[in-house]
Amino acid sequence: MYEKAKDLCEAFQARGIGRRDLMRRLAALGITAGIADMLVNATATRALAADFDWKAYKGTSLKLLLNKHPYADSMIADLEAFKTLTGMDVTYDIFPEDVYFDKVTAALSSHSTEYDAFMTGAYQTWQYGPAGWLVDMNEFLQDKSKVAPNYDWEDILPNLRASDSWSGKPGDALGGPGAKQWALPWGFEVYMLTYNKPVFDKLKLTPPKNMQELMTTAATITQSGGNGMYGVGLRGSRSWATIHPGFLSGYANFGGRDFTVADGKLKSAVNSKESKEFTAQFVQMVQDSGPKNWATYTWYEVGADLGAGTSGMIYDADSLGYFTATGDTKMKGQLGFAPIAPNPEMSHPTSNVWIWSLAMSNFSKRKDATWLFMQWATGTDHLLFGAREHDMIDPVRSSIWKDSEFQAHMEQKVPGFLETYQVTSPDAKIYFTPQPLFFNVTTDWAAALQRMVAKQIPVSEGLDALAAATDRQMSDAGLG
Amino acid sequence: MSEIPVTPPPLPRRPILPRALPYLLSLPALLVCIGILIPFVTAVWYSLERYNLSMPYMRSFIWFRNYISLFTDPDFWNTIQVSLIYTISTVVLELLLGLGIALLLRERSRLNNIISIALLMPLMTAPAIAALMWKLMTNPGFGVLSWLISLVGVTDFKWASSPHTAMFTVVLVDIWVYTPFMMILLLAGLRSLPQQPFEAAKLDGVNAGFVFLRITLPMLTPFLFTAVLFRTLDSIQQFDIIYAMTQGGPGNSLLVFQVRAYLEFFSYTNVGRSAAILMVLWAITYVLSQVFVRQWMKLRERAHGAS
Repeated sequence: MYEKAKDLCEAFQARGIGRRDLMRRLAALGITAGIADMLVNATATRALAADFDWKAYKGTSLKLLLNKHPYADSMIADLEAFKTLTGMDVTYDIFPEDVYFDKVTAALSSHSTEYDAFMTGAYQTWQYGPAGWLVDMNEFLQDKSKVAPNYDWEDILPNLRASDSWSGKPGDALGGPGAKQWALPWGFEVYMLTYNKPVFDKLKLTPPKNMQELMTTAATITQSGGNGMYGVGLRGSRSWATIHPGFLSGYANFGGRDFTVADGKLKSAVNSKESKEFTAQFVQMVQDSGPKNWATYTWYEVGADLGAGTSGMIYDADSLGYFTATGDTKMKGQLGFAPIAPNPEMSHPTSNVWIWSLAMSNFSKRKDATWLFMQWATGTDHLLFGAREHDMIDPVRSSIWKDSEFQAHMEQKVPGFLETYQVTSPDAKIYFTPQPLFFNVTTDWAAALQRMVAKQIPVSEGLDALAAATDRQMSDAGLG
Repeated sequence: MSEIPVTPPPLPRRPILPRALPYLLSLPALLVCIGILIPFVTAVWYSLERYNLSMPYMRSFIWFRNYISLFTDPDFWNTIQVSLIYTISTVVLELLLGLGIALLLRERSRLNNIISIALLMPLMTAPAIAALMWKLMTNPGFGVLSWLISLVGVTDFKWASSPHTAMFTVVLVDIWVYTPFMMILLLAGLRSLPQQPFEAAKLDGVNAGFVFLRITLPMLTPFLFTAVLFRTLDSIQQFDIIYAMTQGGPGNSLLVFQVRAYLEFFSYTNVGRSAAILMVLWAITYVLSQVFVRQWMKLRERAHGAS
């Protein structure tokens, strides 16, 4: 019986059979779920260790800096597998997102050797990389002796690989010539609509396909939704986080850009014709159908209102929609997903992306051992575990999107999610111009939007003033 | 007759400890002084540099260009204006409220003692937590305060999310948290005043307004100065309430010194500019504290002269 079970587990590792099928057949052999899991883990460890010396740094201890997030929870749940595989120990500090990046900045700017690897977004690497705080992962990726044979780098979605790599020269394209790989993509999110199905049914609405329809639908919900319901949930706090989700996705769809680059100099393009056209509609929509206290809204309030049935829909992260639809909320199981191309002349969405990535501290004293961890954490086996067993709902590897068990798992939990993702993802990438003043520029952008929504300044005038202020900042920093 | 050479007797040597004692006693103060001065001097130095952590290749000494850039930036003048409005509003309102409550609780009684302790509760709440509580209470959807004002017909009050009412909202939170500080300080002052002038005024049948203006207030002035000094210095450096509620928005309507300096360092990694902002803040607090301390010393001298 043991040999049969072992053969089944090896077939599973070789992707010959799916997990569901494996469990069914192991159950037929009289093996309980707990023992089956142990067998699968043991086989996985053996398979990973077969052609690569995962034990090279046995006894070494690594320390991670993590943000409190379901992706981090998934990794923590699988850490034992890494420890078994390598004989290494891993400890971590975990902080809520409100203070997480302050902690990262403090640790890196003080050249602390405490942390070996940490979670980051791609935008943050535009500060950390040129500052000399990160290791260029190409040093490891391009050294064949350090890469496990089954670590398929090309399997990671190309736009995501490119988004985490940059030459460091302001305005240079992401993933362009001479780019350094500042981090490894680990999980990401795209921006789409998540809507309240009962309200859409009650008001006989269909998911909007463009900005005009979005504004009309949101206005209808605000007027007729009842119980203080408003049309569309959007972030609005005075922060870069207001700009990068739905706003920039729609902005890019209208052909808007943040900068134009000429002769290595950056010039703000936020007052272009396309920008003004989209921004005017966005501002109007917030005024007519957004949350009353939009200017204080972060992702948390956007998700909370959708979950409580207070907003009719959100134009935000797919993961926020997913966790609201599957979490302990009033609207659990009653949310739908839809792609949106705000520009009526565009046939497809242009979603910006947020990429949770893993980066290695340049001050780590255990770089080779840390590389083993990063390789494991961004490898197929761990990410497959996260996608199937936990909530890593936007896997960075194309092979996992094709995994039948993951597909079945998602279809069962959130019907319609995969179809929406498939429409949204082809042009999903970072639509910002990489440059080190990213956070200054986008925070000022959010502040300008707040003034426009509050009718302190007309849209056109506000964008002209923003462009002038941004150009001044760029010039002061020698970038414009 | 031969002379006997006389060697002077050796001077009695004082043990080393008593000689070193004055230096040893001042050593802790010296260490504390160094501990304060090193970061301060470093910050001054940084404020004279073009120093952005994400652009290390551009680091250079630029003398006062960070300051010139700040003072030629209209947004920075807005920061000064907003900080001063916030400080003056909070200190004046808290002083008036704190004094009023202290006068009501002046008589020693069991009830007054219980009330004064209960009123201290907000002061024991971390300001950032208080800000989050108020953020929930002012939520237009489910906030209790929004509901209360809707009962009197105000249905579209946006609290911290409108630039027109944001200052009012954060000042309200500050008052809720810090009025008890004023109250307890002034209450202690009131209860420590000598009773004879009040008893004499009572015998002479002087009215309460006259007693307050001519006896209570002058005698309470040192306490008022102390309370105002502490609150002014604290208020002009406000960070947690404003950041937790609005992050300095909407627009730049609450972009006070500390929030601006925090964003410059932690979000924008611009060490030089952040240090320059903090140096300007330091200069303002230094000048303010000098003015208050001088006034306080004058009052003390007058009080000593009078006695």
